[in-house]
Amino acid sequence: MSLIRAESLPIRSDSDVVMIRQQVRAWAVELGFGLVDQTKIVTAASELARNTLIYGGGGSARLEALNDGRRKGLRLTFEDNGPGIADMSLAMKDGYSTGTGLGLGLSGAKRLSNEFDIFSKPGEGTRVTITRWK
Amino acid sequence: MERIPILKMGEFLLVSIQVDMHDRLAMTLQEELTQRIVSAHSRGVLIDISSLDVVDSFIGRMLGHIAAMSRILDAETVVVGMRPAVAITLVELGLSLPGIRTALNVEKGMELLRRKEADRLEFGDGSNVPHQG
Repeated sequence: MSLIRAESLPIRSDSDVVMIRQQVRAWAVELGFGLVDQTKIVTAASELARNTLIYGGGGSARLEALNDGRRKGLRLTFEDNGPGIADMSLAMKDGYSTGTGLGLGLSGAKRLSNEFDIFSKPGEGTRVTITRWK
Repeated sequence: MERIPILKMGEFLLVSIQVDMHDRLAMTLQEELTQRIVSAHSRGVLIDISSLDVVDSFIGRMLGHIAAMSRILDAETVVVGMRPAVAITLVELGLSLPGIRTALNVEKGMELLRRKEADRLEFGDGSNVPHQG
């Protein structure tokens, strides 16, 4: 698998969340994603970027354009040094939220992606990686 | 500060969201809209989201809150113009916008609001005295 391009963006305010949505959209368009696929990955990115901001106290998003030889993909990694997630299975459950949200962020982002990976350590932070292939 | 205009059209309020809203802007819209419903004695709110290429759970929740608040304030809310790709994504995300009335476009949304209002005046539900002002 080869990396076509990569970029990291900060997540410190809700305007950064908007910026990430716009960047992810631009990258998805460039990779030739159809409209529905674009919308799905942008929506997933929006959910995860907001999580990073609200629950993680800010962090970063890394965008990577991939080519595995057969198809192109967009991989997004959201990372924070926040409190981490104590109970992962609960956090992944639809409708569960420790904040004021709907509790659809993680589970929804997972459904909107082809690949989903989450790593979290209480007290150290959280890293979520999603990939959508064209 | 950036804001989203709320237009008054007779007994109804019209909002067309034309920008990619950050979360604070969405909260501001929610507050201003509820205030305007009261100050303008509005019977309905039409929200056009045809320019939005993304509706995530935050925006979805805001639309739900506006619908619920306006109902409490005796006004109907109709969300119009959702793009097909947005609808597909919302359902997959797990958000089916319960309690939100939708219509395909502004014209159909206005028609729906007018019909609702006519029904209310005709059948009377204890609130059939038109508002003054």
